[in-house]
Amino acid sequence: MIDSNIKKVLLLGSGALKIGEAGEFDYSGSQALKALKEEGIETVLINPNIATVQTSEGVADKIYFLPVTPFFVEKVIQKEKPQGILLAFGGQTALNCGVELYQQKILEKYNVKVLGTPVQAIIDTEDRELFVKKLDEIDVKTIKSHACETIEEARKAAADLGYPVIIRAAYALGGLGSGFCDNEEELNKLAEKAFSFSPQVLVEKSLKGWKEIEYEVVRDRFDNCITVCNMENFDPLGIHTGESIVIAPSQTLTNSEYHKLRALAIKIIRHIGIVGECNVQYAFDPNSEDYRVIEVNARLSRSSALASKATGYPLAFVAAKLGLGYGLFDLKNSVTKTTSAFFEPALDYVVCKIPRWDLGKFRGVDRELGSSMKSVGEVMAIGRTFEEAIQKGLRMIGQGLHGFVGNKELKIDDVEAALKAPTDKRVLVVEKALHSGYTVDQIHDLTKIDKWFLQKLQNILNTYVELQEKGAIQHVDVELMRRAKVQGFTDFQISRAVGLEALIDPEIATKLVRELRKQMGIVPVVKQIDTLAAEYPAQTNYLYLTYSGVAHDIAYENDRNSIIVLGSGAYRIGSSVEFDWCGVQALNTIRKNGYRSVMINYNPETVSTDYDMCDRLYFDELTFERVMDIIELENPHGVIVSTGGQIPNNLAMRLDSERVPILGTSAKSIDNAEDRDKFSAMCDRIGVDQPAWAALTSMDDINQFIEKVGFPVLVRPSYVLSGAAMNVCSNQDELERFLQLAANISKKHPVVVSKFHEHNKEIEMDAVAKDGEIIAYAISEHIEFAGVHSGDATIQFPPQKIYVETVRQIKKVSKKIAKELNISGPFNIQFLAEQNHLRVIECNLRASRSFPFVSKVLKLNLIELATKIMLGLPFERPEKNLFDLDYVGIKASQFSFNRLQKADPVLGVDMASTGEVGCIGDDTASALLCAMLSVGHRIPKKGILLSTGPGKQKADMLRAAQQLIEHGYQLYATGGTSRYLAENGIENTLVHWPSEEGQQPQALDLLHSHDIDMVVNVPKNLSVGELTNGYKIRRAAIDLNIPLITNSRLASAFIDAFCTKSLDDIEIKAWSEF
Amino acid sequence: MKNVTLLLEDGTAFHGKSFGYEKPVAGEVVFNTAMMGYPESLTDPSYAGQMMVLTYPLVGNYGVPAFSIESNGIATFMESEKIHAEAIIVSDYSTEYSHWNAKESLADWLKREHIPGITGIDTRQLTKVLREHGVMMGKILFDDEPNNIPTAQYEGVNYIAKVSCKEVIHYQSNQNNLKKVVLVDCGVKNNIIRCLLKRCVEVIRVPWDYDFNTLDFDGLFLANGPGDPDTAVDTVKNIKKFLDAEKAKAEKGGKVRPCMGICMGNQLLSKAAGAKIYKLKYGHRSHNQPVQQVGTQRCFITSQNHGYAVDSKTLPSDWEPLFVNMNDGSNEGICHKKFPWFSAQFHPEAASGPVDTEYLFDDFVKLL
Repeated sequence: MIDSNIKKVLLLGSGALKIGEAGEFDYSGSQALKALKEEGIETVLINPNIATVQTSEGVADKIYFLPVTPFFVEKVIQKEKPQGILLAFGGQTALNCGVELYQQKILEKYNVKVLGTPVQAIIDTEDRELFVKKLDEIDVKTIKSHACETIEEARKAAADLGYPVIIRAAYALGGLGSGFCDNEEELNKLAEKAFSFSPQVLVEKSLKGWKEIEYEVVRDRFDNCITVCNMENFDPLGIHTGESIVIAPSQTLTNSEYHKLRALAIKIIRHIGIVGECNVQYAFDPNSEDYRVIEVNARLSRSSALASKATGYPLAFVAAKLGLGYGLFDLKNSVTKTTSAFFEPALDYVVCKIPRWDLGKFRGVDRELGSSMKSVGEVMAIGRTFEEAIQKGLRMIGQGLHGFVGNKELKIDDVEAALKAPTDKRVLVVEKALHSGYTVDQIHDLTKIDKWFLQKLQNILNTYVELQEKGAIQHVDVELMRRAKVQGFTDFQISRAVGLEALIDPEIATKLVRELRKQMGIVPVVKQIDTLAAEYPAQTNYLYLTYSGVAHDIAYENDRNSIIVLGSGAYRIGSSVEFDWCGVQALNTIRKNGYRSVMINYNPETVSTDYDMCDRLYFDELTFERVMDIIELENPHGVIVSTGGQIPNNLAMRLDSERVPILGTSAKSIDNAEDRDKFSAMCDRIGVDQPAWAALTSMDDINQFIEKVGFPVLVRPSYVLSGAAMNVCSNQDELERFLQLAANISKKHPVVVSKFHEHNKEIEMDAVAKDGEIIAYAISEHIEFAGVHSGDATIQFPPQKIYVETVRQIKKVSKKIAKELNISGPFNIQFLAEQNHLRVIECNLRASRSFPFVSKVLKLNLIELATKIMLGLPFERPEKNLFDLDYVGIKASQFSFNRLQKADPVLGVDMASTGEVGCIGDDTASALLCAMLSVGHRIPKKGILLSTGPGKQKADMLRAAQQLIEHGYQLYATGGTSRYLAENGIENTLVHWPSEEGQQPQALDLLHSHDIDMVVNVPKNLSVGELTNGYKIRRAAIDLNIPLITNSRLASAFIDAFCTKSLDDIEIKAWSEF
Repeated sequence: MKNVTLLLEDGTAFHGKSFGYEKPVAGEVVFNTAMMGYPESLTDPSYAGQMMVLTYPLVGNYGVPAFSIESNGIATFMESEKIHAEAIIVSDYSTEYSHWNAKESLADWLKREHIPGITGIDTRQLTKVLREHGVMMGKILFDDEPNNIPTAQYEGVNYIAKVSCKEVIHYQSNQNNLKKVVLVDCGVKNNIIRCLLKRCVEVIRVPWDYDFNTLDFDGLFLANGPGDPDTAVDTVKNIKKFLDAEKAKAEKGGKVRPCMGICMGNQLLSKAAGAKIYKLKYGHRSHNQPVQQVGTQRCFITSQNHGYAVDSKTLPSDWEPLFVNMNDGSNEGICHKKFPWFSAQFHPEAASGPVDTEYLFDDFVKLL
């Protein structure tokens, strides 16, 4: 049945996580690799994303941590000589690279067969013109623009398309002269205006307010097709599907509509000739059965990952098998194991995906949602009512929401305007509007959100109000209590609604509600996701909890053999695929050692939520309430809170107080490390220095403290994640402005102000200890000086440029801390080194972001070791020493500023990167080059623009500038930098800031003309004035896709690397060959 | 909303609320895993005598379209002239609906047609009970009323006679009608008629026990229908007469007229051919039943609604299975080895469900 010539297959990964291309491709790639492995095919993977599960031992046979670019892929093909290549599992990155390889005839040259969808079919879907033509051939409607030269033509086009239409002036930036016309009169007016901007006007049918519907379609080479899932966007057309709440299956389509679009999707996939999986997106008229195809993604996508998780149908796994030549009828449904993979899942629950944004972390970013994606992660909530699913989901996104209602009041001046212009606060604005008396119809008119969704949200609010009217918990009867729970209310929301939470400690109030509710016999039930809505028996371990039910689907063993691993939740800035890796490693270790591995997580983009990865998967909330529900059912041997980042870590104390057995380091120790006061007192006691700090509650205290230590200071609340709401303040003005913001964020914890040490080295210690004794450790060094968040910094491991004395001290201090906190399990300490003087910045008694990186470079799985220790199992003491490594690993950060319109692409103490890569090289230059190219940098060919900030940085950059000149680059520099370079005998062209109007040459002009192909722009400090000065240049670099570096030490290192090493000199080595 | 209890034959009880017509009712409890299409399913005559459990929890979302009738006498959106199911059982009825084409809510429609509807039922658990035990009789009882309705009878009851038309009805296609098809109405869904008319044939719809052999026609179509195929003795007799006559004609070198059957039609054709029928434990009622055309690599997703199946092993030697269910291997259609006679256990006319096998109508019409 399958092509027996295919013995070795190359799979392209998606590289670093970025906005629009995230963890879903780790999931799809891992599934594909598993499918190939099952067939005995040797697998080769290229993916520089070292924190992924797919780049772990045993997933692929050979792994290359190299950029997914035609240059490197060709080299790997040359070396590995695979017979086949898979392009559909690494997102747009892999697809684009594959198309280039095909067009450059590299695949042909090495006789590599593209498995699955043929490249021509990919090109037909990617090229807008070809795509429209292709669908025209089968009379399928697409969104078309009519280019018109005269008003008459515009009128005719509009009449043909049918009003309303949208018209835009061609070649005009920023939407000048565009707008909607409902009739010919309006068209005449607008077209006249548009023609004043441009000789050509584009007329398109306006699909404003149309529904957005997606189908996931699968086809095998025998032309058998299925649609695995359809999904409906809560937000109408105009908001990118990645920015929209998405519901599966569709809720507002009739049978005839559903099947009309389904049949079209199958017609399209057949005509294009997909073999494997694709996604078809429709715009759908809310007032008729009219439709337009928006686009077709001829590859696995974020939606397909969501569809897999929403239905239990392993799309990527099946797509890989189909690529090998199987028919759908050859494969089994991997949930039931008895029925066929040729079927369409029937859901008996509703799934709600909600995006997670982190726009608050970006200076100046445009918050309005539109046609481009800005969200950094997503969650998927499962319920048996829509109300339950959406309330779960809103809690899951981890932005302090308790659900749809019962949140801190949102302050909006103009509700109507806010409804019309959706931002990341969209749902909250709808709540506010409903709360302030807007009707469903009014909100529908302003937002075009289908009334069905709004009515469901109204139901939630009605129940909240009803609870409020009861005034006290004892007045809530069984029926109301049950309804609230069925609608997804937490015990906390109920306690808040009835006013109990305002009277007593919220945790106690919640507990009271919980006890009362249980007395009423109202408890959640566990249901399976079985793909066939209970039609066939399924041994599935894919579970969720709901209050809409009377019986559990599974029977519990009560053998105390379960180990629950708490997952890491939504991907967000500061917590992403690395914690998924940690969770999966913990699960693997648990399983291997004979325990039942249980995962709780709700992120559809992860591998840890693949039901194959554990013995039981609860796709559910990581709230205290839900985790306790599950613990009460599982009655586990223990719970691991240290591999999922901050969310589980923060639950440790409360779980401990319920006498939940937490494995590894005790909750008390976790608290001692998290609580700054306690931690500081401990450091003082054991003689470990920290930057001066104080937890302060009044402005007077803060001023007094700063008088003592001086500016700059770092200001932040305690219990932070990745520096949320953390800032460096250089002067009084900044301090006061920032504190107003910070004070809003946390009531429970005071504001912490600490001395900010400039020009210090930052060093990380990742380690595993047992009973306070360090068993294994990895020390890594930031290339940038302190001040760049550790999540944004470029990290080298083993450290290359720190003193032996520093290392000795780090080990000594770490030992003391580990002993004092009696650590058993993973932990991380961040140090500042001022020469050889060490200060501890923070200590986390959990795995850190860099665990997968150091584990893979060291080839020692620190999580496996930590898990064994936490389980009390025997383990081998590693003999490896990081100073014996003959190679170096570099971890570089991926930024997504190009997606974040108007955001200032500058780095600071708050984390801004969305992903990272880790590359290994025989020397620092090779590793750094690979890493930098992997995150989108390019080696410049012509000119470099330098604005190198304050004096010290200018000096830092001098040697790099010299190197550039020696290598024939043209240097451009702004005022101070130009002068400084000239004084030091370095030839350069003076260019002017945008503020220096009228003077030539202008830096921006040179960027636009692409005479400059790399920008180094180092802000002098983080003051507003300084930032504004360089903003336009930095932003232009991003918008024009010119590589930008804003740190002088990183710039120097990168310049040194490409000046001393050419790409051809980099030896192509698999991970196992180092 | 009144409190109600769904009481199954084995004593299992589920508690919920009434949102439809308030009357106790009894029937065979069957589950359907389709995620949409409640107006079509409720009006499908094949649900006569049955209480329909929907496993998809959210029901009523898009309301109900107008019960308008086209000039040819066929309802615009519905599958027959009224609701045939005895009751509808759901988990989360949506009191508010939203759709441009909706004229009323599901609740209002049920009340108008005197059909009970209940919500708040764990339909997944109920389905599991039915799956383990097999379909069961059940009653919907109002908690404020005594249990004083008789238990329903399903097996052996001739539901076909109850839902079939009582006299011959002619449907003209818009085009010039060249071919005439006799449609034996055992409880036909409107979309079968629509699918035939769309293909420019004249449809002569006859009652289930009508001897169509007396009529002048070009092809025979056996419709779907409710209940136990063993009760349709007269229909089987007439079909057998047709098959024998055509065979005799063939022996004389004459052209054999084609025959196609759907669902009950598949079972009756099989019976006429000499095969046996058995009752499935809990039937196939969904939009996602995979079938494979025997001896090919062609697979189809189909819409199904049946509780009985043909035992392929009992097919006589001149017949063979045409389609097979990919999940449980049960028969999904038969065909004659020599003559243009075939049938499908699934619903090529869909409504509700996927339309992938509508091509079978083309095949049939081409044979006329």
